[in-house]
Amino acid sequence: MPSSLETRKRVEAGLARRHRRERLFKFSGMLATTVGVVFLGVFFFDLFAKGSSAFVQTHLRLEVEFSADVIAPGGELDIAYADFDGLVRSALRAEFPEVTGRGDRRELYRIVSSSAGYQMQDMIELDPELLGTRQSIWFPAASTVDMYIKGNIDATLDESLRPISDQQIAWVESLRESGFLETHFNRALFSNGDSRDPELAGIKGALMGSFYMLIVTVVLAFPIGVAAAIYLEEFAPRNRWSDLIEVNINNLAAVPSIVFGLLGLAVFINWVGIPRSAPLVGGLVLSLLTLPVIIIASRAAIKAVPPSIREAALGLGASRMQVVFHHVMPLALPGMLTGTIIGMSRALGESAPLLMIGMVAFIVDVPGGFSDPATALPVQIYLWADSPERAFAERTSAAIIVLLGFLLLMNLAAVIIRKRMEKKW
Amino acid sequence: MRMAHMTEPTVTENDVMAAQPDVDVADLGDSGRDVSSIAVDLPEQLTELGTTVGEVRCEDPYVVAEKVNVHYGDNHAIQNVTLEISKKEVIALIGPSGCGKSTFLRCLNRMNDSIESARVTGQITLGGQDIYSKEFDPVALRARVGMVFQKPNPFPKSIYDNVAYGPRIHGLANDRAELDDIVHRSLERAGLLKEVIDRLDEPGTGLSGGQQQRLCIARTIAVNPEVILMDEPCSALDPIATARIEDLMDELAEDYAIVIVTHSMQQAARVSKRVAYFHLGLLVEVDETDTIFTNPRHKLTEDYITGRIG
Repeated sequence: MPSSLETRKRVEAGLARRHRRERLFKFSGMLATTVGVVFLGVFFFDLFAKGSSAFVQTHLRLEVEFSADVIAPGGELDIAYADFDGLVRSALRAEFPEVTGRGDRRELYRIVSSSAGYQMQDMIELDPELLGTRQSIWFPAASTVDMYIKGNIDATLDESLRPISDQQIAWVESLRESGFLETHFNRALFSNGDSRDPELAGIKGALMGSFYMLIVTVVLAFPIGVAAAIYLEEFAPRNRWSDLIEVNINNLAAVPSIVFGLLGLAVFINWVGIPRSAPLVGGLVLSLLTLPVIIIASRAAIKAVPPSIREAALGLGASRMQVVFHHVMPLALPGMLTGTIIGMSRALGESAPLLMIGMVAFIVDVPGGFSDPATALPVQIYLWADSPERAFAERTSAAIIVLLGFLLLMNLAAVIIRKRMEKKW
Repeated sequence: MRMAHMTEPTVTENDVMAAQPDVDVADLGDSGRDVSSIAVDLPEQLTELGTTVGEVRCEDPYVVAEKVNVHYGDNHAIQNVTLEISKKEVIALIGPSGCGKSTFLRCLNRMNDSIESARVTGQITLGGQDIYSKEFDPVALRARVGMVFQKPNPFPKSIYDNVAYGPRIHGLANDRAELDDIVHRSLERAGLLKEVIDRLDEPGTGLSGGQQQRLCIARTIAVNPEVILMDEPCSALDPIATARIEDLMDELAEDYAIVIVTHSMQQAARVSKRVAYFHLGLLVEVDETDTIFTNPRHKLTEDYITGRIG
């Protein structure tokens, strides 16, 4: 045994080494954090740099005539068959009278979105008074024009290498100079379903699909998950069966999500016969996916309730159910809700299982219910990322921004709930 | 040798009953006797002596435990304990850690039910009714046998709701006024009313430790039980708070039978009329408090109260 002097000496000799190690450890920790933050920064910067421009859209102002000859040839409105596209074309021709060749004219027509005719159709349907009048209307520009205006197309490239021709550029520039070309907020992005034309494509369909799915998921998974957690934690006897169930729940949480998609396909679609691509099936599959998460989180929350509270209630003569509902639940609820929201945000970001149940289809209509064909936000991102048009690239980023926004909101809600409802004892 | 290593399983939190092999750690110091020999000799000693020495019976018994045995799995935590408790007395259960006194206490309101491995045999009657019979609902039992725990454990609710909880779940009050009355009287009896009258809607967890424990007592007596079990109610409190609780026990003894587990011999001497000494799951000696502390009959009791064990 060393003397106390010896002890002091040895401790002091080792101090420098200890401090060095501590500094090294601190430094490596800081390095790791920095790397993480840098990657996150790069990701967000890239995302916003690419995606923010999708929130605006180039529009052209054209003087169109709701010509009675075209729309109401026999004196009566013939909205379904009238040639609105022709009216838009004649407006373009009137704007650029010097363009005469067939090919040139065809090129000219392509600077405005193909939806322009439909826009006129909708307007006259809403307000038949427009018949026979001339109106100045903002139409969305074609996506190539939009890309050019946003600077996503390099005009110095050879004409054959870019989707917009020199002539079109000249027309667009002249429109811009005369104030007939502006960028407006891209309402279509939030009010339309999917489309083959980027300037018309929106995420509303996907958002509603995700919304309906999450409704199904929360309605199913929260009560079932909480009930299962309470039963397992408070009532179930501890034996081989409950151990087996516990192990399986933990395993289930780690099962790859696409497997749940296969299960949904086999059980809910093929066996039960629920329509494909429906948010109902998606919700059912996502419930299965989130159930283990909710059960595990809820059990942890229940376990965290101090046993002294249970004893106090039991000692007063509360029944087990009263103990659970009067004391355990209120204290465990913040944890349960947090777990549920975390599970929900996982479900919101899930795409793999939805591919298996047909929610990857190209669906233009915004779903109006639980059994309408729908897609979901992450799947919409996947679909757009796959599209060749340049304009879909920025819309993909925009959709990711929206999805991240929702995830952020949900996680924020989880944090707020935890902070607000947590009781100290 | 099993006896020497017998421990009491932790019931809830570890601190409720620190599970430790007691005798091994006892430092006998100048007595010069080997500790383990006590533990090993013990069963023979007691068999020789028959059962518990002293007087387990009492006049006008209300709670009667007959040959109670408790097993935690393979662990025989309480062996053949017979004890009578009368309606208006304070009886203190003393003994080294892990001797089974808390376990015995928890048998009296069936708190051991929630421990799956616990098995209770023998008979315990409350006013002549077998509390372990099938017809006897533990909920009804616990309304009649209240309990105060080692660590103050108010609900994370308001002071009012803490006290009102028992009456509410048992439907003891017909209207709000009656409930108010019960709450006020209970707090009054627990000597807490003056301190909290202005802040009944503040959380009970915001009180000091001693106040919390008195709140727990108020909560217990709000149900108007017949027996109050106290499991080391002062071990987490300072001496001043302890003194207040002890005074309170004196007052409560007029109306309730109180069974208190304590590690403090002074406390047992101060508050109790009778004392029961437990050792390794056996009830060694029961007698009037004065007799136990001045003239114990059993060697183990003497060793314990003079500080040679424990």
